[in-house]
Amino acid sequence: MSTTVEQPRQFCTLGGQQSVVAIERAIPIVHGGPGCSNKLFSGMAFFNGFQGSGYAGGNAVPGTNSCEKEIVFGGETRLREVIDGALKVMDGDLFVVLTGCTADLVGDDTATVVSEYRERGVPIVHASTGGFKGNNYRGHELVAEAIIDQYLQPAPKVIPNLVNVWSVLPYQDTFWAGNLQAIRQLLEGLGLQVNILFGHDSGGIEAWKKIPAAAFNIVLSPWTGVSIAEKLEQRFGTPYLHYPVLPIGAVETSRFLRSAGEFAHLQSTQVERYIEKQEAYFYHYLDRSADFFMEMRWDLPAQFINISDSFYSLGISRFLVNELGLKPGRQFITDNPPEIFLDGLVNQFATLADKVSAKVTFTHDGGEIAKTLRSEVFDQPPLVIGTSWDRDLAKQIGGYHLSIALPITDRLVLDRAYVGYAGGLRLVEDIYGAVLGTY
Amino acid sequence: MTGIVQHPRHLCALGGQQSVAAIERAIPILHTGPGCGFKLHTGLGSYNGFQGGGYSGGATIVSTNTGEKEVVFGGESRLQSVIDGALKIMDGDLFVVLSGCTSELVGDDTEHIVAEYRRRGTPIVFAATGGFRGNNIIGHEIVANAIIDQLLEPRDIIPGLVNVWSSVPYHDTFWAGNLASIRELLAGLGLKANILFGPNSGGLEAWRKIPAAQFNLVLSSWTGVSIARNLNERFGTPWLHWPTLPIGGIETSRFLRRLQEFADVDTTIATSFIEEQERSFHYFFERAADFFLEFRWDMPSHFATIADSFYGIGVSRMLTNEFGLLPLHQFVTDDPPEEFHESIRDNYAQIAPGISSNISFTSDGEEINQVLRAVASSPPIILGSIWDRDIAKEVGGCYLSIASPMTDRLVTSCSYLGYNGGLRLIEDLYSSILTSIQ
Amino acid sequence: MTTEIQVTPKSVVRQEPGVTIRERRLGSITGYSGTPDELVKISLAGQLVERERSFTQAGTCSSFCATLQLSLIQDAVVINHAPAGCSGDFPMFNLYNRYGQGKRKLDQTSARLITTNLNEHDTIFGATGKLLEAIHKAYSTYHPRAIFVTASCTSGIIGEDLESTLDEAEEELGIPIASVSCEGFRSQVWATGWDAAYSAILRKIVRPAKIRRPESINIITFIGEDYFSELLRPLGLVPDLIVPFTKIEQLETVSEAGATAQMCSTLGTYFAAGLEKQYGVPEIKSPPPYGLTGTDMWLRELAHITGKDDIVEQFIAAERNAIEPELEKLKKRFAGVKAFVAAGPSHGHSSMEILQDLGMELVGSCMFHHDAKLDHGDPAGDTLRAATTGSGRMTYSVCNKQSFELVNLLRRLKPDLVIVRHPSLAVSVAKLGIPACFVDDEHLGLGYRGLIRYGKKIADWFRNPAIERNLSRHSALPYTRWWLEQQPFSMLGGEV
Repeated sequence: MSTTVEQPRQFCTLGGQQSVVAIERAIPIVHGGPGCSNKLFSGMAFFNGFQGSGYAGGNAVPGTNSCEKEIVFGGETRLREVIDGALKVMDGDLFVVLTGCTADLVGDDTATVVSEYRERGVPIVHASTGGFKGNNYRGHELVAEAIIDQYLQPAPKVIPNLVNVWSVLPYQDTFWAGNLQAIRQLLEGLGLQVNILFGHDSGGIEAWKKIPAAAFNIVLSPWTGVSIAEKLEQRFGTPYLHYPVLPIGAVETSRFLRSAGEFAHLQSTQVERYIEKQEAYFYHYLDRSADFFMEMRWDLPAQFINISDSFYSLGISRFLVNELGLKPGRQFITDNPPEIFLDGLVNQFATLADKVSAKVTFTHDGGEIAKTLRSEVFDQPPLVIGTSWDRDLAKQIGGYHLSIALPITDRLVLDRAYVGYAGGLRLVEDIYGAVLGTY
Repeated sequence: MTGIVQHPRHLCALGGQQSVAAIERAIPILHTGPGCGFKLHTGLGSYNGFQGGGYSGGATIVSTNTGEKEVVFGGESRLQSVIDGALKIMDGDLFVVLSGCTSELVGDDTEHIVAEYRRRGTPIVFAATGGFRGNNIIGHEIVANAIIDQLLEPRDIIPGLVNVWSSVPYHDTFWAGNLASIRELLAGLGLKANILFGPNSGGLEAWRKIPAAQFNLVLSSWTGVSIARNLNERFGTPWLHWPTLPIGGIETSRFLRRLQEFADVDTTIATSFIEEQERSFHYFFERAADFFLEFRWDMPSHFATIADSFYGIGVSRMLTNEFGLLPLHQFVTDDPPEEFHESIRDNYAQIAPGISSNISFTSDGEEINQVLRAVASSPPIILGSIWDRDIAKEVGGCYLSIASPMTDRLVTSCSYLGYNGGLRLIEDLYSSILTSIQ
Repeated sequence: MTTEIQVTPKSVVRQEPGVTIRERRLGSITGYSGTPDELVKISLAGQLVERERSFTQAGTCSSFCATLQLSLIQDAVVINHAPAGCSGDFPMFNLYNRYGQGKRKLDQTSARLITTNLNEHDTIFGATGKLLEAIHKAYSTYHPRAIFVTASCTSGIIGEDLESTLDEAEEELGIPIASVSCEGFRSQVWATGWDAAYSAILRKIVRPAKIRRPESINIITFIGEDYFSELLRPLGLVPDLIVPFTKIEQLETVSEAGATAQMCSTLGTYFAAGLEKQYGVPEIKSPPPYGLTGTDMWLRELAHITGKDDIVEQFIAAERNAIEPELEKLKKRFAGVKAFVAAGPSHGHSSMEILQDLGMELVGSCMFHHDAKLDHGDPAGDTLRAATTGSGRMTYSVCNKQSFELVNLLRRLKPDLVIVRHPSLAVSVAKLGIPACFVDDEHLGLGYRGLIRYGKKIADWFRNPAIERNLSRHSALPYTRWWLEQQPFSMLGGEV
């Protein structure tokens, strides 16, 4: 259902452009209007933790900048011109043509144009991402599926212990770079070989070519990425593990690692040994902070509200409930999960811990969120973990606030991660730093 | 510096109790009045990043709580009774008796009493940390030297083993994360760091290994020099003094290259590690460049650090050499002994080619405020302690807490040292600025 | 001081919605390579033609520009009738809003921005119902004084009838609800977006003057701070910075002002000319007050229009004297420094004046489009000519922010310093190791004292360009060796 939206927290399918930017030495080519690429860079990257252009993002992204001529007469010639130019000017290993609203509305046959290049041996694919088709979570999937469908070949044999990871969204998740590094480290700690696919040192096109050789796929996400794994199962017979909770802190991360270890048929002693070491590290610090939690409890927020996508709403809820004993207030899920995943998500929130559950509202309209929260009564100041849009709302309901989801304009984010053991500690520091900073 | 101090940032030598609490399974036993242990824990631990007592600190600290009776008649029998109790009740591997003002002033012969226990085989030492002797950094050194002098024996050298004398536990709010970072960096070069304090640091066993080290690394402007000298005298262990805390890409690489040279580490291993770390650091640096270049018009271009010499020079070098900022004025608050003043000044005189900073050796809040009011002609970035928030506001500056005491942040494993530490510091600094403008 | 005038019976001068794109209205182009002298000559002769690039990188669209102005009006709401991606710039506008409020000591609140979030269904069946819903939502949540509805590529292509929908809503709610025709595909010159925003304001908000306030001077700006007071108050004049951070009431009465000025003629051309043509507010046509000569000329025209001829010369002389010692210091500092400006016209031209007055040598410039003329039609307002008297033979190009061209050009010209406007370009310059000064608050450098402020700021960065140095050591440019060996404008086609 598409409603009008105030304070957007997600954008359109063309946002898949940022997923291309996140693949090492991949070049997006946008066949759309003149403003699309910049707007999406602005909203998903720059004014979201101030993530900059990187290698070939930002202003460097080639595009047709389609104008009236292309609308009236079609844009295929223009597209060919720009692809020709990109192949000469841009130093890249993989080219991904993404269509915007204009190209898809006027019916340009982008697929055929692009396939002509591919037939000549150019590593180029096309993703049909006209903005009105959906949100950028879906855009991310469309980009991955395009590369899989149009570029990957079956592998001669499976590489044992090689696992592809489909998890947080590049750029949309402000902490994606650190998070993906953390996930890689965790799985490598179990002895797996990890194909993380996005971000620094992720291997670019060579890594993507290895996808069909994986022993299995891990979808570490409530729903984004499931369609990618299903496609890979269909095309290459690769099985997949779907772990629907973003693991933050020891309880969840250990659970995830056990789950992954079991799926991978790893020796449980090996897995437990790794977990034990990590938990010792985590609990040393959490226990050291116990004085703080016990002694300041009178004044610290007891109830938390998440206003973020299903990755974080669920992951943070599980962390705060199971690790810090906080009480969940209403949780807002802003990534518009497809219908088939809704029940599963509701159930996850219903069973956060023994006898602990949370009410969930699926919406990404800031107006609706504000209206709902303003009508609630809070005995104590709640903790609002959301986006920069929610600062004022948190103040209005007398609560504390931390920005962890798009858009984040009040923080600079580099390699900070919230996933994993160290990630949980980082989140604890940031939450309570936000509270203490108001004193 | 012995002047009166507004808004103190350091406590007394008895603060060495926190260094004992930081050694795994070590038990501090205070021979002092009833309030010292708590006050020191509060000032160096709880209200400094909300660091809790850990295993044997905080409210668990053993103390004679000497009263009028002990002041008038002496506290030696009280001390013996408390030590006896501690040995039965406290599950520890190492016991450190620290004397406070009262017991020293009244002349209790704590040293002799403790030596008696030691003679009978108890792993127990005595540190003369009467508060008036100096600040808690001195106390940290006194504790370390006491353990070295009273317990350690020569050992065969273990090549690649390096003792690290750096962060002062608890006082440096980020000490635990920082020491772990140092350990990781040395491991990258194939060296085994003996970090001695903090989680997974090995407790008494690690301390007993000290004489087996290939060398000692003093990674600070002066804290630890006396320890390294002591170890050199006692066991002939060579030492490297690197006075600039490595924060960020340029400094960390510089430090690692020097270390590689001193330790005679295989060049290929070192180069490969450094290059990999630099590549990762630069991925994020490059990604953040848009922000730095485009927001710099409206952001402060000058910075002031109000911190120990430990942080001051390291932060100054990163902000100047890596991020193009300019030093305004730096305050050295840890009262370094006179012999180190010149080298510290020299260090600040060459932060970058052609760029130096004026500095003041002071920890007095009023003096610091007056200087800042005079020199801040445009809003600066101020990195200091919670005491400095007000002056930062007054001069229209942007502020981040990095030094003790720190009550506006909860600190767990955060580290500002090394490649990742530099990224963490930049995130925290600019997030603080961004939050304040919205 | 105010003057009573006769009130005309018609309350608002109505016009047709929409605005003619710059390519047609002002002969604007986005592709050129040559010299300022040549460009000025052919523009004047009406012989300017567009050259298209076969290869292009991300541009910017009118929608961004229109919304930037409108979203910062404090008591209006902007509704973007578009799919969700077009609201990618909303978080940016929100930050600008809060930051600017903070600087002006206003309460910091989020920008009022709504998207109708068009989906596939909407593109087939239309979405005027949704638009109405958004309007009602905006009204009931914020009780705004006005609502602006920005069009998008999608709303344009599927043929949404914005006008009748908005007329209906306006009738019901009793507040102005204006359409803004800023569909991205309409123009390659994103400045058309400003014209579209101002057209909506002129059409629906500005009212005929009930009184005159000759001491009030409209100044059309972005979000810079008020440095105009420095120039105006000594003359007994008061600047009224529009449109960001104004309220609707303020905009209703801009017709009462003594004159309209602009911090950038490219920004304000349509609005200033509109105010003069429709409401009789004289437009200051001299280039904006940057650089010594520029400020002299502008002040003299302002004084002439507002009857302050008798005091302006004294003011000019005093200001020039006051900055003389500091200016000499700065000129020494910057002697021999080779500079380049990459910016939008005409503010880019103003920047060129500043740099030259600071003693730097301009080795080239690249502007992001070129208007062959301004709406007032007077060649005296030609900011390029004004900025390049004496330097009209430098390398000068026009491109819509194409960083592949800029990078190639700069590698050849090797300037010591580049002034950059427009986000996401500074990093490309910095990767070459060249100090890249991104100028955010455009007002800092205006007037006489502005020269000194600007010079000092640049001097600080120039002293320690560590970021650029580190980037150039470690970062890779995404261009092929082949491209970097070509001439910078070899993708610029023949005349269109």
